[in-house]
Amino acid sequence: MDTIQLAEQCRTMRTDIVTMLNRAGSGHPGGSLSSVELIACLYFGGVLKYDPHDPEWAERDRFILSKGHAAPVIYSALARAGYYSTDELSHLRRLDAMLQGHPHAARIPGFECSAGSLGQGLSVSNGLALAFRARGMSSRVYCLMGDGELQEGQVWEAVMTASQHGLDNVCAMVDFNHVQLDDTVENIKSLGDLARKFADFGWHAIEIDGHDIAAVMSAYKAAAACKGRPSVIIADTIKGKGVSFMEGDPAWHGTAPNDEQLAQALADIRSGYGFKEVQ
Amino acid sequence: MSDLKMIPMRDGYGNALLKLCASNERVMVLDADVAKSTRTDWIKEKYPDRFIDMGISEQDMVGTASGMALGGMIPFCSTYGVFLAGRAWDQIRTTVCYNKLNVKLAGAHAGLSVGKDGATHQALEDVAIMRTLPNMTVIVPCDAVETEKATLAAAAMEGPCFIRFGREAVPVITDEKTPFRIGRARLVTGYDPEDMKHDSDCVVFANGPLVHEAVLAAASLAAEDIHITVYDLHTVKPLDCTTVIAAAEKAGRVVTAEEHQKAGGMGSAVAECLAEHCPVPMRIIGVDDTFGESGTPDELYDRYGLRAVNIEAAVKNLL
Repeated sequence: MDTIQLAEQCRTMRTDIVTMLNRAGSGHPGGSLSSVELIACLYFGGVLKYDPHDPEWAERDRFILSKGHAAPVIYSALARAGYYSTDELSHLRRLDAMLQGHPHAARIPGFECSAGSLGQGLSVSNGLALAFRARGMSSRVYCLMGDGELQEGQVWEAVMTASQHGLDNVCAMVDFNHVQLDDTVENIKSLGDLARKFADFGWHAIEIDGHDIAAVMSAYKAAAACKGRPSVIIADTIKGKGVSFMEGDPAWHGTAPNDEQLAQALADIRSGYGFKEVQ
Repeated sequence: MSDLKMIPMRDGYGNALLKLCASNERVMVLDADVAKSTRTDWIKEKYPDRFIDMGISEQDMVGTASGMALGGMIPFCSTYGVFLAGRAWDQIRTTVCYNKLNVKLAGAHAGLSVGKDGATHQALEDVAIMRTLPNMTVIVPCDAVETEKATLAAAAMEGPCFIRFGREAVPVITDEKTPFRIGRARLVTGYDPEDMKHDSDCVVFANGPLVHEAVLAAASLAAEDIHITVYDLHTVKPLDCTTVIAAAEKAGRVVTAEEHQKAGGMGSAVAECLAEHCPVPMRIIGVDDTFGESGTPDELYDRYGLRAVNIEAAVKNLL
């Protein structure tokens, strides 16, 4: 997809996210909406190697969702990629549903590793990268983390592991949306100069506007081109991006919109709220 | 028992890893900065490409192993049982077990065997917190030979597996021919419940180094014309309920013995099974709701009542 098509795909995914959460009556809109561009570019911008008709294709790249509560954004992406019907989105969080509140990989074609307890995905990504190296495979691993999630100590253990082993087949993405459940990240446990922290640990750090599709695409290219060390894309984003009443508000970390709020959200997404240009 | 060879159980783990690395290119060995203690330094020396020292990062070690398993490898995570099961419990629960990953967890220096290091390093709760996890297999072998067999069997099965073993040299009471199957209790001494010609006054289920103590108790009790049947209940999960129930029905009395807290360990697993299917009078031998302390393992086994005499007393108490 080109930039204009990707922007349209982002609108579709935002629509999926708020709609599925409204139907489910619970869930996490904020951190899904903030990472839409990162995930849309990964799946539909030609970055990730995958085949929805062969989810277990051995040569595929892997996407590891570390911030498990951002399930809706990846549920939408996998449905739109053709792994399963978009009808599944209507059953989110219901008994017997394929799409659990936090993802259960065994139930979801195309989803690699269950997540929900924060801080674990980067370690898993490193393990995959080490396995690919040991088996002489060229597959890459992409790992989406939240900024609040970086308060988990295990993340920094994994940061050291990736640089210790020079895992240039690992690309971490930090959805730096500045808000966690209770308050802003700044007010709770600030991350300070995050790019510098990663760089000091030996990583190739790329800082971008996480809602700028062209910037996201070139960040993925720069990450893939970097050899000898792991890359991190630190994506400056807005929690609840694209929905006027959700943007930047911790209250929308884990609350589903009611019918009235959904109507407003859908209108905001249609009109391109928060974006400079409306394609 | 001077005629028995004394070998540390961890040597069995190291020997099994050497065999696995020689025969299976998918096996990877991870450690958390205690490679000399767990014997994974044998792999580091002989198969450096198969070994990764993850540093003092148990949670990252288990997470990395999970990724390796997703990538088609068979990773073995090795460190002290107390840190592996305790510190990385959430990683084991949510990433390893929920995803049913082919990750093998080796808890070394389990029980009181680490002795003088004291309570912080003595794993006395690991079996309890591992066996509550869905999809997990939990094995407590009795000597170095059985530890080797358990490690090879863990590699051959698909899915998460926790094996715990001690630090000190303990008597070798099995040999190459002794049968070992995950999930199957092994009759050590006494009367087979299927053999109706004889009777047994009590059945003792033991695992780890307590199997040897149970054998000593059996000999000592026999001199007093008290006859017990001893099983090595090495697999705590999945529990061999068929054998446990049959033996309990036959003997009518049950004693369990393990180097672990009484709460939640093998004795609890047996009690859960028998309470539902064959309630009989029972005694559980283990560490009774207390932390350990510094001392030699021998002193500690005496202090916490993990000896043959304690098994004998429990049997007599039931008669």
